[in-house]
Amino acid sequence: MFENLMQGQILQMLAEGVVVTLYMTLFSTFFAYVLGLPIGIALVVTSEKGLRPQKVVYKILDIAVNVVRSVPFLILMILLIPLMRLIAGKSYGPTATIVALTLAAAPFVARLVESSLLEVDPGVVEAAQSMGAGLWTIIWKVMLAEAKISLIVGATIALGTVLGYSAMAGAIGGGGLGDIAIRYGYYRYQEDIMIVTVALLILLVQGIQWLGTWLSKKLDRRV
Amino acid sequence: METIIRMQDVSKTFIGRDDQVEALKGVSLEIGRGDICGIIGMSGAGKSTLVRCLNFLEKPTSGTVFIEERDLSSLSPAQLRQVRREVAMIFQHFNLLMQRNVLDNVCFPMEINGVKKADARKRAKELLEVVGLQDKAKSYPSQLSGGQKQRVAIARALANNPKILLCDEATSALDPTTTKAILHLLQKINREFGITIVIITHEMAVVQEICSHVAILNEGELAEYGSVEEVFAHPKSLAAKKLVFRIEPKEALMESRRCVRIVFRENSSFEPVIANMVLACRTPVNILLADTKDIGGVAHGQMILQLPDDEASAARMLHYLRERKLEVEELPSYMGGGEAGESDV
Repeated sequence: MFENLMQGQILQMLAEGVVVTLYMTLFSTFFAYVLGLPIGIALVVTSEKGLRPQKVVYKILDIAVNVVRSVPFLILMILLIPLMRLIAGKSYGPTATIVALTLAAAPFVARLVESSLLEVDPGVVEAAQSMGAGLWTIIWKVMLAEAKISLIVGATIALGTVLGYSAMAGAIGGGGLGDIAIRYGYYRYQEDIMIVTVALLILLVQGIQWLGTWLSKKLDRRV
Repeated sequence: METIIRMQDVSKTFIGRDDQVEALKGVSLEIGRGDICGIIGMSGAGKSTLVRCLNFLEKPTSGTVFIEERDLSSLSPAQLRQVRREVAMIFQHFNLLMQRNVLDNVCFPMEINGVKKADARKRAKELLEVVGLQDKAKSYPSQLSGGQKQRVAIARALANNPKILLCDEATSALDPTTTKAILHLLQKINREFGITIVIITHEMAVVQEICSHVAILNEGELAEYGSVEEVFAHPKSLAAKKLVFRIEPKEALMESRRCVRIVFRENSSFEPVIANMVLACRTPVNILLADTKDIGGVAHGQMILQLPDDEASAARMLHYLRERKLEVEELPSYMGGGEAGESDV
């Protein structure tokens, strides 16, 4: 059943697929945090019970996040083709996919960050205020520092989700393991290759989850 | 006595979706430098709002607060943060940073204040000694008991050499023994560092333990304010009486005739006054409430007795008690009498 896999070039292709998938996942998640982290912080700070309630700003961010999250990823990728061309120079391939993945994941990341920061005990924030701490000190040294573990757990979820999205991007020539699974498994009925790609994806998700759990346990001081 | 905190006609109204709550209604209060002022009231009386107005964590809807004659409502946000460094606060649930160890928690306010890291660590270690936790510097809050957490919070509060320490139900989450230890630590801080302390509590026992003054808050209004001695011996308002007698007016306990309240202040705790009185008068009395304790050989506290119906023996007993310089107050119409329930000694 696995005769296709015996060919050296297939193995090499699979190995490259793993590398490309990781490349897309890590960079997209990183850029998604560059965009999503400030949005998540802003959502918490400007909310009604936040440190600087700003009804209008909060509503705009809240709706924007919901709108982008509502668009199915495949449609979003197609909508983003002009932007992908502008940034990556072409509309297909791993680098172009990073553009789409980043924009798709950023609002999701913003919500993850928002929910992590909302878990921070308001009493601790109040204590910092009573000491005369300013807004940025509270965000940096109280909210983010106290939510550290929850943020790591969130990042683990984000990585897993982005990895899943990156496989979906294979449908429109995104590259990586998802691309291989669709081309060989779906178009050419080479089930063995499909099974192996799926198995590799499972291993990657497992690895990320394991790493995230290990790190959060190691860093948590609440025991 | 020099005034350090002055509340001037402070009102605070919280506006909800479809109702509004008047948490404070025109409270004016002056707290002297070096005092330990207890602010006591039932839950919902506005105590927490009041203490948060003292450092403007809550901005009053009207009226203002002066800290050392600086009007907080006139300050810029930066100036207000500066004042807050002089007005420290501790909380019921300690509010420590759970991801930082004890030493770094104590360093936190100094970080905010721009103190150099090495200096901050040195001072933090000294403060941990003051609160008796020098060996816990590397522990994390989750590894400490409630009393230890509050000690860390106290050390943290002292970090920037505050002039005032606000305590918001600081002992309400602690057991009685730990409560006492924490209260005596606060007293020590008051004496050694001359820090004015404001204690929010719903327990009269806390006030009696360490406070010099007490303000009684009732439904957002200041019902009574004065020295603890005075308010305890002669509570004037109904709210004060409720707290001092620790009885709900609805309880028919004192409906019966001839109830007297005895206040112990200077008698020797070695003299069994009531037992002697019963022996001398050869008539039993009913003790309805007794709450006294021995402070340095002197009895402090109160008792409520129900004297016999027989006029002659009752009169003899009153005479006996007054002869022993006890303060005796008859409580004829306390029940259901509202403010009119005030009685003569």
